[in-house]
Amino acid sequence: MSDRGRQHVIPSDLEAARRLQEEIEAAVRTAFAEHEAFAIKMAVEEALVNAIKHGNQMDPDKSVRVIYSLGPDRFDVRITDEGPGFNPDDVPDPTAPENLERPCGRGLLLIRYYMSEVQFQDDGRTIAMCKLRNGTP
Amino acid sequence: MSQQPRRRRLEVEDSGDVAVVHFVDKKILDEQNIQMIGDDLFRLVDELGRRKIVLNFGNVEFLSSAALGKLITMNRKVQAVRGKLVLCNISKEIREVFEITKLDKLFTILPDEQSALQAF
Repeated sequence: MSDRGRQHVIPSDLEAARRLQEEIEAAVRTAFAEHEAFAIKMAVEEALVNAIKHGNQMDPDKSVRVIYSLGPDRFDVRITDEGPGFNPDDVPDPTAPENLERPCGRGLLLIRYYMSEVQFQDDGRTIAMCKLRNGTP
Repeated sequence: MSQQPRRRRLEVEDSGDVAVVHFVDKKILDEQNIQMIGDDLFRLVDELGRRKIVLNFGNVEFLSSAALGKLITMNRKVQAVRGKLVLCNISKEIREVFEITKLDKLFTILPDEQSALQAF
């Protein structure tokens, strides 16, 4: 872990998520190649929107806690909401032909594709993910 | 006293009877922004009666899954009136997003505007 770790607690507000996303993007761009920075940006965007919209249901009394760190070879981020939690296995496969036009599950699919490791903790309230430099894809 | 003008998010040009839409924003993000882009796109079909539409992504560097949802709805609307929607000029990174989500199978995606116009 690097000494550049940052912790934020933001309200369930997409504008606050946007500002945090911009901070993370600026930090990541100093250390990662463009396609890796795109991957991290995509995963963080989707996870923050999931936490605010689906986790906290945009409840202004609930917060989202974000801890991220940028190390020499990896970016780690942990996003926790105060919602009821969920089971990621219950989310239908959005790439199945019958689900292709449905709105759910696409963000999670993108997160799993773009990040090197993804873990759900605390009944789905926390997503912990990392991107390794020069990892796949 | 005057109302703040609504920011323009799309530029629409006519090429014959085809409406060619360019996105003004580099990043198609943010619930409210995506909602407004969706409304403007849907208006082309619902109010302006356009049936042949090209979406040119040349200016777009990033879009989220919420934006994909609007594109799916737009595609459905165009199909409902027996029209045609073609996407073009999509960056390598965003093209990959369509491929991961398998939406490249749902949409007609062509490399550039010229080939998109020839698809009608």
